[in-house]
Amino acid sequence: MKGNEALSEAAIRAGATLYFGYPITPQNEVAEYMSRRLPTIPGGAYIQAETEVAAINMVYGAVATGRRALTTSSSPGISLMAEGISYLAGSELPAVVINIMRGGPGLGNINPEQADYFQAVKGGGHGSYRLIVLAPSSVQEMADLTVLAFSLADRYRNPVMVVADGNLGQMMEPVELAERYPSDADHSSWALTGAKGRPGHTITSIYLDADEMEAYIHKLYAKYDVAERSEVRFEEYLTEDADVVLVAYGIVSRVVRSAVEELRAKGIKAGMVRPITLWPFPKAVLKGLAERVRFFLVSEMSMGQMVEDVQLAVNGQRPVYFYGRSGGNVPTPAEIVAEVAKRV
Amino acid sequence: MQKVFERPKSLTDKPFHYCPGCGHGIVHRMIAEAIDELHLAERTIVISPVGCSVFAYWYFATDNIQAAHGRAPAVGTGLKRANPDSIVISYQGDGDLASSGTAEIIHAAARGENFTVVFINNAIYGMTGGQMAPTTLVGQASATSPYGRDPKFAGHPLHVSEMLATLKAPRYIERTALNNVANLTRTKRAIKKALDLQQKGEGFTFVEVLATCPTNWGVDPNEAVDWLESSLMPEYPLGVYRDAVPGEVKL
Repeated sequence: MKGNEALSEAAIRAGATLYFGYPITPQNEVAEYMSRRLPTIPGGAYIQAETEVAAINMVYGAVATGRRALTTSSSPGISLMAEGISYLAGSELPAVVINIMRGGPGLGNINPEQADYFQAVKGGGHGSYRLIVLAPSSVQEMADLTVLAFSLADRYRNPVMVVADGNLGQMMEPVELAERYPSDADHSSWALTGAKGRPGHTITSIYLDADEMEAYIHKLYAKYDVAERSEVRFEEYLTEDADVVLVAYGIVSRVVRSAVEELRAKGIKAGMVRPITLWPFPKAVLKGLAERVRFFLVSEMSMGQMVEDVQLAVNGQRPVYFYGRSGGNVPTPAEIVAEVAKRV
Repeated sequence: MQKVFERPKSLTDKPFHYCPGCGHGIVHRMIAEAIDELHLAERTIVISPVGCSVFAYWYFATDNIQAAHGRAPAVGTGLKRANPDSIVISYQGDGDLASSGTAEIIHAAARGENFTVVFINNAIYGMTGGQMAPTTLVGQASATSPYGRDPKFAGHPLHVSEMLATLKAPRYIERTALNNVANLTRTKRAIKKALDLQQKGEGFTFVEVLATCPTNWGVDPNEAVDWLESSLMPEYPLGVYRDAVPGEVKL
């Protein structure tokens, strides 16, 4: 299956039978898949929205009823969704947004990049909120992390973003999917299902009074504190005896894995940390490794964005170097090996 | 003794926060009456816009959701597609619907979404302090057209009911006004008809209500009604703009 199809089918099996989106390359397979599948499912609906702005607001309405809904887009489209994502967070609505990242800024190109890390992890929309951000590195994870995204969105009543790139969206790998991914989430205390036998429910994000607004923001951040303690996910590869730790996520982590093996073959004890949650960021493992490794090297398909979070985690204890490629170029194992070797 | 006039059950007890002479409270009440008369309260979701009626959800004893500026028809699309048995009412002003949300309203109408939009047109931005709206009249002074709207620089007002009536999908489009008892009665009737059509699953329904904003027009409530009649109504003719089966071309 293609990555884009795997995430689509996984979303459907997780009960997200409502899809709202707008065509943009390189993620059109999702909309095409959904437009084939959803009309055949009872209660399912596919809508091609007039804009990404409308798509995210359709999600806002749909998830307010307590149902699961999905939208996907690519970088410029996610920029258009930023307002709606802020509203979803501000209104405590569970939603899943998937960004199949492409080149930017501006219209950029349709090649894979990872330059939307800041947008996903540091904000994108206005105001005091966080997104839980998941980064798959295989087609299997495109499916698995989409399912996880829905359950985290329910648990935290907060939007969750999955960030992948054009490579992962287009590549084909075998995938194992469960028949169904049932949800036990109970939305009855807030969902808009009609005020039958209960007072009306209200979904809003406006608090005019300063103290009321501050208390509400503190309530959101109490949730984010729990997420930071409970939801950090990462993979370590050959870090136990590593002198040098490489940090990469998504498709780049697959290149770095090869680079680690080549470095080991050269006698350089390299290892890798692969963040799976970009937020909450796996700070503790990097902080721990900073006690004993010589340096870190971060590789991204950008001019360096996640590297700032690695620097924050390492907090000056060890050097943090960066090697990135842009425009759709993918770092090669040989380039990464050379970057490490020249510093050893 | 028979009670012939009472507070609609679909209105909460909270007193309206609107200015004296404002049209919002009148239309809120009409919507609540229509919900009660059609027994829709337990299925209704009201969408509050951005503008003076951002807190419309304080007043409707139904389920409520607040939408980003202009986005209510997209939110309504999501609500209705997720739960086709619900009754969705998108309540929007002219800045919200006719400026920020032009794409959303046109495409919701073009898809024939089965919900009801109540569009309050008072030709001015209320909540932000009386700035020029897309529906502001040529020559009308506002906080951002202090010399009057000059068509050389700011163009001409948008006629939303007429625009939407060019589409094939909408089921019902009517423009009414809040200037006298006859037109208040017509407004209430139009809102009730729109909700009834929605309940029957007949498609997109749209009621534009010409309303007063004495505060931002800089006049007292009586003068506001006079100005509504003398200036707004000639620019925005009242009437039914579409009442046809979706897909039919209405000439």
